[in-house]
Amino acid sequence: MSSSNQTHSESGASPFEFLLQMGDNCLILAHRNSQWCGHGPALEEDIAIANISLDLIGQTQLWLGLAGEVEGAGRSADDLAYLRDAFDFRNLLLVERPNGDFGLTLMRQFLFDAWHLPMLKGLQQSTDQRVAEIAEKSVREVAYHLERSSDLIVRLGDGSEQSHQRMQSALDELWSYTGEMLDFDDLSPTLVSQGMVPQAQGIAEAFNQHVSETLQQATLTQPASEFVRRGGKTGIHSEHLGYVLAEMQFLQRAYPGATW
Amino acid sequence: MSESDLSKAELPLWEIFVRGQHGLNHRHVGSLHAADAEMAINNARDVYTRRNEGVSIWAVESSRIAASSPSDKEPLFDPANSKVYRHPSFFDIPDEAGSM
Repeated sequence: MSSSNQTHSESGASPFEFLLQMGDNCLILAHRNSQWCGHGPALEEDIAIANISLDLIGQTQLWLGLAGEVEGAGRSADDLAYLRDAFDFRNLLLVERPNGDFGLTLMRQFLFDAWHLPMLKGLQQSTDQRVAEIAEKSVREVAYHLERSSDLIVRLGDGSEQSHQRMQSALDELWSYTGEMLDFDDLSPTLVSQGMVPQAQGIAEAFNQHVSETLQQATLTQPASEFVRRGGKTGIHSEHLGYVLAEMQFLQRAYPGATW
Repeated sequence: MSESDLSKAELPLWEIFVRGQHGLNHRHVGSLHAADAEMAINNARDVYTRRNEGVSIWAVESSRIAASSPSDKEPLFDPANSKVYRHPSFFDIPDEAGSM
């Protein structure tokens, strides 16, 4: 971290950047899921995934609203969502991955949920009251997201030959993106030591336990590779995020300040 | 199985009953497709209770419901038509009983 053009300071991500991470994860995954609206493989799945999107957008408003408050530059949640460029986003690379088939979308959701729930449970104990309150509001929604995605991973993994193959290849494709969730090396050490953010180790243990149990039930094989793709949390994104933002931000960019 | 075959293979149909907030009976709200009871409850949660409509869900596989046949309508229901005496409308209600 000696390079002077790091997108975050040498002491690691600030509280503002941490809040962007939380909000941007929700926002980008919500947008990805919303792309299924009207295209789901069954009416029930279509409605369910749209519901999850709406839950996540609600959480985005809370996280980015607080981020704007903490930054103190007068930016609202909407300003942060619609008027930043890709290199200012702090979401995980996992959530910007393309939707692929429904199996890939479900696997992405499952891996994210398996991290999101223990993370929010940890944040419920945050020494920052405002962070604890957002976690408190989000945790019940996310508990349901994880229950639903785990259920579907088991059904499809342990389903037909084709569904098993699709879920296994989805897992193989996304696995290298999970490591980025599990270490907090990018964070300022004081964020963790002051108790604003929980210890990375506890979150990783909860993630690993839930994922390995579910995959075992789903007869899927956890990839052995320990290669980890990183970058999202420090603003170094794949090309996919640019397309997401182009679509999501078009209206505010073309018609600044437009409202309903 | 090709894509089109897969999309034709529908999951079984379930009838969904939701109990509202105020201690009323479970009421039929509609139906949906699901592989089993657990999935039916999960789907019902998303399809029928997303606007805070309920506090409890029942799901019954549609094929398990016994229904009267529409062609039996006359023998089943018509005989009750002409029997006004089956309504409790021939009693004098004492004033003390108040309105019923």
